[in-house]
Amino acid sequence: MNIPLTPDDIRQTILHLLGEIAPEADLTALKPGVSFRDQLDIDSMDFLNFVIMIHKTFGVEIPEVDYPKYGTLNGCVEQLSDKRVT
Amino acid sequence: MAEFVMPTLGSDMTEGTLVEWKKRAGDRVVKGEIIAEVDTDKAAIEIESFHTGIIEQLLAKPGERIPVGTVMAIIREEGTQATPAIKVPVSPPPLQKCSPKKSVPSPPPAPPPIAAAITEPGRLRISPAARKLAGEIGVDPAFVQGTGPGGAITLDDIQRSAQAQRQQPSAPPSSAGETGDRQARMRQTIAAAMVRSKREIPHYYLSTTIDMGRAMTWLKEENLKRPVTDRLLYGVLLIKAVALALRQVPELNALWKENAAIQGPAIHVGVAVSLRQGGLIAPAIHETDKRSLGELMRSFQDVVKRARAGTLRSSELSDPTITVTSLGEQGVETVFGVIYPPQVALVGFGKVVERPWVVEGQVVSRPVLTASLSADHRVTDGHRGGVFLSTVDRLLQEPGQL
Repeated sequence: MNIPLTPDDIRQTILHLLGEIAPEADLTALKPGVSFRDQLDIDSMDFLNFVIMIHKTFGVEIPEVDYPKYGTLNGCVEQLSDKRVT
Repeated sequence: MAEFVMPTLGSDMTEGTLVEWKKRAGDRVVKGEIIAEVDTDKAAIEIESFHTGIIEQLLAKPGERIPVGTVMAIIREEGTQATPAIKVPVSPPPLQKCSPKKSVPSPPPAPPPIAAAITEPGRLRISPAARKLAGEIGVDPAFVQGTGPGGAITLDDIQRSAQAQRQQPSAPPSSAGETGDRQARMRQTIAAAMVRSKREIPHYYLSTTIDMGRAMTWLKEENLKRPVTDRLLYGVLLIKAVALALRQVPELNALWKENAAIQGPAIHVGVAVSLRQGGLIAPAIHETDKRSLGELMRSFQDVVKRARAGTLRSSELSDPTITVTSLGEQGVETVFGVIYPPQVALVGFGKVVERPWVVEGQVVSRPVLTASLSADHRVTDGHRGGVFLSTVDRLLQEPGQL
């Protein structure tokens, strides 16, 4: 069964995934419109792992060219808001 | 009979604290299998056995601080007879012992009693599994009372603490005390190694600018074919190019021991990984040159993940024959690296930047990167260093062949 995802569902899930990637980060202070890489101590390996986690969690394919779209919390919500999980 | 000794996990290590045995006396152990967990100034490390056989005796006890080279266990290798129990572990100093701080006693004294082996106040001792669980369920190990050997924090301790946190939501604020202690010791460890390096190794430095156009184009096309889980980072191309170039200039893949350069037994590139709590560690990717790019990427992901989770293996710290560090993501254009003794070279990469570049008489914009070599002048001269860098450059112009 497909379950619609609300923006808040997505936001919470993304924050959870970021917590896995950067456990030391204070995600409550994360600015939704600012790049993760400008706010968190993450490198390209971390970001690749983050994209892989989104892929596995949401079941979406993410071409490399679309990586920048997932670079902020707002961007992730926008990209994933019309997706559904099964 | 084989002696299982406290290994040296880098030239800066003089001792380690046994956290726990992963095997018991009488157990069979296979070469490469994890036999113990040891806490060092840098991290908790899983120690692998160098022998296959039956463990006859465990001589060291959890909680003991044990000098490098001290016998910790006796392993009866397959095909040999059991022998009477050894009362006092005696071992010659290991060949690789090269600590600047102190030498290993020969023969070393019996390990001190547990009571004398408790770590200094404020030191955090936690198994990798417990550390991982703590991270997963949001428990700060600094506030957990360890009930394991020598006060080590166990999985049960973490779970108990998590339960207590649930019952009392207003948990105390996180303190930097324990983490800060580890950071301070790691800083001291790095400082000792770097001082030794600068004091003992006559460095020379070379750099070259590499056109990364072909490599980046190839990578983009290659990643289009790969599922997201198998995609490559360009750093993997750099590591592989270094490994293959070392085949052409093997004298850079060596260790300086007892006033001579000893060729590395294989090409084990150590990759510098920055740790989230500060400091860095450079675990080896074994036989780097023999791995496909896909295998190398998986190994790279794995060691970075485990370096940050504190679950590296002893061989990964003891085996690097050269170090590669990339600081491009920090905006650095050129790295002037300090060699990690007893290695004799370090390769640094800066960031990929667009620059005017002349191709067939035309000025065009190309993505370029500065590769640098810090090398030990006792072992190589600039000419060979130059050959090495030009080989790295040439290899990166044919990324499909890496």
